[in-house]
Amino acid sequence: MNWAVIQATLPTFIEATLLTVRVAAFGIVGALIVGILCATITRAKLPVARQLVWVYVEISRNTPLLGQLFFLYYGLPKLGIVVDAEHCAVIGLTFLGGSFMAEALRSGLDAVEPIQWQSAQSLGLSGVQTMRHVILPQATAIAMPALTANVIFLIKETSVVSIIALADLVFVAKEQIGSDYTTAEALFLLVSCYLVILLPVSLGAGWLERRLRHATFGD
Amino acid sequence: MRHSGIELLFQGQNFLRLLHGLWVSASIALLAMSLSIVLGTGLGIVMTSKNRVVKFVTRAYLETMRIMPQIVLLFLVFFDLTRYFNVNLDGWSAAVVVFTLWGTAEMGDLVRAAITSIPKHQYSSARALGMTPWQVQRAVILPQAIRRLLPTTINLTNRMIMTTPLVALIGVVEVLKTGQQIIDPNRFAYPDGSLWIYGTVLLLYFAVCFPISRVARLLERRWS
Repeated sequence: MNWAVIQATLPTFIEATLLTVRVAAFGIVGALIVGILCATITRAKLPVARQLVWVYVEISRNTPLLGQLFFLYYGLPKLGIVVDAEHCAVIGLTFLGGSFMAEALRSGLDAVEPIQWQSAQSLGLSGVQTMRHVILPQATAIAMPALTANVIFLIKETSVVSIIALADLVFVAKEQIGSDYTTAEALFLLVSCYLVILLPVSLGAGWLERRLRHATFGD
Repeated sequence: MRHSGIELLFQGQNFLRLLHGLWVSASIALLAMSLSIVLGTGLGIVMTSKNRVVKFVTRAYLETMRIMPQIVLLFLVFFDLTRYFNVNLDGWSAAVVVFTLWGTAEMGDLVRAAITSIPKHQYSSARALGMTPWQVQRAVILPQAIRRLLPTTINLTNRMIMTTPLVALIGVVEVLKTGQQIIDPNRFAYPDGSLWIYGTVLLLYFAVCFPISRVARLLERRWS
């Protein structure tokens, strides 16, 4: 391990880390928005929209992100739709993550017993009130492990965006291995940077889960 | 001369080449998954142990495998193994090793969850009937655990198949790479080839993964 090499390439890796975090952050927010939208549509049983959501969820869950990115970045421009690489990555991540978020939210909502809804209604709470004070707090606590797992999954999935020429961590590492043969240093930095991103998220997720569980169920 | 991209798909052996690429991905996923099921079951049983050291070590292994993006693991095995241990693996074998390591961790956690989800009184009752611990595991715990395990295992297989395109980054010619190889030399004759070829690749993945995820959901519903 040559520390001089590590020192020299560190700025490149920090820049790549920032790019990875940026893509992941926008992708996760987008995925959450899409997920909430889809879960609401499924829950409200809107006739046509519900089928569309089903089709979307199945396509998104059963195709790999790498394939989706290739299609978005290299395929769609042939139809006249040109999107730059970073937006492409965010769109791909949102498309993939949306279905995972939707499923997590849906199962959380389903896990709250119908009797909770009925009891709240019989106490005279309105639909919105029931949702806000009774159903959503419980559903969020139940869905939280799945949601945080999705967040970590999406951050990890950003590692494929190098394929559409985005200078993320994998791209930078691969380039350094290819041009300087400083494989050990590049891989060391690659692993360290991912740990710096993912370890706090993973620990924070565990903490949040326990907090929410405690607040909701008291155990 | 300009052609439509769909002709490119059916020209010569192109479609068969894509299918062959898909088989390369599938063979990695299938082999790694079979190994993961065997090793992961062992790991899962070990993980239910109450020994603190065992718990910590298995937990650390699981978290490491989970937290690292698969592509990073692929790079580590593909590049570092050669460097430090003088083990020369080609891309395909490196992929099988990585997917097995990862699959074993995930499978271990699924097995652990399935075993611990079985109520304690099942175990106590069987013991009270005079069965040995080994008999209890084999005749009481495992049959129930397998029922809970099967849907999640199928889901894991699906996830593994969908992670395989990554192996293109360590030089394995799988379905996406094959697609690229078909598109590149035909860039001028078939300008919109990429739309059709990559679209087909997505469809192929969907055709493989959709039935698998359906089966998983069906089993889940029937056995819950």
